[in-house]
Amino acid sequence: MDIYLLEAIINGILLGGVLALLALGLNLIFGVIDVVWIAYADLVMCGMYMVYWLYVGFGWPLLLACAVAIAGVAVLGVLVHVLIIAPILGSAPINQLLATGGLLFFLQSFATLLFGTDFRNLGIRLPIIELGEIYISTARLLAFAIALVGAIALYFFLKRTFIGTAIRAIAQDRDIVGLMGVDQRRIYLVTSAIGGALAGLASCLLSLQYDVHPFIGNTFGPLLFMICVLGGLGDMIGGFVAAFIISQIISIVGYYTNTELAYVLAFAFFIALMFVRPRGIFVR
Amino acid sequence: MNARHATVLAGLAILLCVPYFTPTYFLHLLIQALIWGFIYTAWSMMGRFGFVSLGHGAFMGVGAYVPALLWNYYDVTPWAGIPLGVLLSALLALVIGYPCFRFRVVGHYFALVTLALSQVVMLSIIAARDITGGSLGFTPRAVGDSWYALQFSEKSYFYVIALVLWLGGLAIWRWIDRGIGREALDAISEDEEAAASIGIDVMREKLRVTVISAALTALGGAIYGQYFMYLNPETVSGISVSLQIVFAAIVGGMYDMLGPTAGALVTISLNEGLRVGFGTHFIGAANTIYGILLILCIVFMPRGIVGMLQKMNKPRPSAKAVPAE
Repeated sequence: MDIYLLEAIINGILLGGVLALLALGLNLIFGVIDVVWIAYADLVMCGMYMVYWLYVGFGWPLLLACAVAIAGVAVLGVLVHVLIIAPILGSAPINQLLATGGLLFFLQSFATLLFGTDFRNLGIRLPIIELGEIYISTARLLAFAIALVGAIALYFFLKRTFIGTAIRAIAQDRDIVGLMGVDQRRIYLVTSAIGGALAGLASCLLSLQYDVHPFIGNTFGPLLFMICVLGGLGDMIGGFVAAFIISQIISIVGYYTNTELAYVLAFAFFIALMFVRPRGIFVR
Repeated sequence: MNARHATVLAGLAILLCVPYFTPTYFLHLLIQALIWGFIYTAWSMMGRFGFVSLGHGAFMGVGAYVPALLWNYYDVTPWAGIPLGVLLSALLALVIGYPCFRFRVVGHYFALVTLALSQVVMLSIIAARDITGGSLGFTPRAVGDSWYALQFSEKSYFYVIALVLWLGGLAIWRWIDRGIGREALDAISEDEEAAASIGIDVMREKLRVTVISAALTALGGAIYGQYFMYLNPETVSGISVSLQIVFAAIVGGMYDMLGPTAGALVTISLNEGLRVGFGTHFIGAANTIYGILLILCIVFMPRGIVGMLQKMNKPRPSAKAVPAE
């Protein structure tokens, strides 16, 4: 087997980890609150700027900066819900999607206003692992591992705690859950916070690999929605698997041709699959 | 009715005289407002029935790039290139629309599938950088004033072209509004199953309005290209244009004929005002305010500016359900 192809496949799997983490967050919010946060990838951008400024700007230790960024994006998530989603919870779902689209505009331009369009990075160079002739970036491997841990932690939180059970229940039937004595508004807040925290975690992992700039959300935001829809909006396991399918397509096609064509094919694949399996690949 | 006709005629006369007493700069803004107003109107033709497409960047990109590429590489006059681009866009709308409607891809799913479409077109343009110039953009070959090439140095020519385009858009809006299809589309946007059960051909009605909307958007994109003489994949296709179109239509009010145009006027004057006011010091200031305005609009006045004004003028009982509040 071609050694470079193998490298591309491994890189695809590693890339899939962070995408899967983000897909989990987006799907959680969709499943519970029934809202698509178009600006989800831009919350990640905010998180990356937090890590950057705390670590490079104020010289905090990296782990502390990351912890604060995760908490910070979680708070942002709650704010998004309270300020934007909650007032229009009763209106057509598409209005909520568009309102978060307004947020996307706002976050991107506000970041441009504050920080300019410069690309900034943490200046951390993690070593490259050599496995025979295959080179693997430690930053990616680390991101993959932590993303996986995050996903497993979320799984246990949803399965084993009372509030996790309530969250799953609300995703199944929002009307009955209220009768069972669950405070719907509180669950929405917790869900938004978890969704934000997952975006925060992803932003820490991504800032090790990529430069941050105001429009970084555009590079993987659309990809993220494809992944969620492909897995079935709200279906967390489906989204998790779809993340790896999409990232494989991108890295393998990208290996044979170029990145743009790889994305074109990934999106075209998505559109085609949408017609075969309109409610996600795992739903008949 | 006569008074109304008189008002419309007087308005038209004023609009036609505008180039004679307007400074070039304002004429430039007006042309932009008319072209964008036309595109926003085209989007609203679907949007008002609840088919929220985030794929209009794709149609605009095809409409803008096809005639420009044909002109530069094969010397095909835009008079042939533009209809071809429009036709291709209409075909694209059919290819995406048919399966979408066939398999009941609606709401979020429709928005996201069309979003993917606009990304496909933008990334394809970037990927074909040997032909299209990729992210650096594409400049149609300039030949000076020529009807054959549809290029004019004098802005008043484009003003009239844009004006005719915009009026045509309004005429088509009215035609859809008055036609039998309007009732059918209203019914479909309320409840597809129920509409089908009373004998409405859901597929045909939806496809028709989608194709019209896509074709007009492509036409707008083509005129945009002829006027600016520069195309960039980021500014005529992809997610940002798609969102720009949707938002301006919402801010202006997508349920009224003049709403999308009002959206174009407001967004362009806001952008220009902030640009002139702040200079280039605050890149992004305009869009920051725009973003806040947008969220406020969707939360507090989902019918947009024009809808709001109408409501203040005459609180009439509206039979049409609005997907809001």
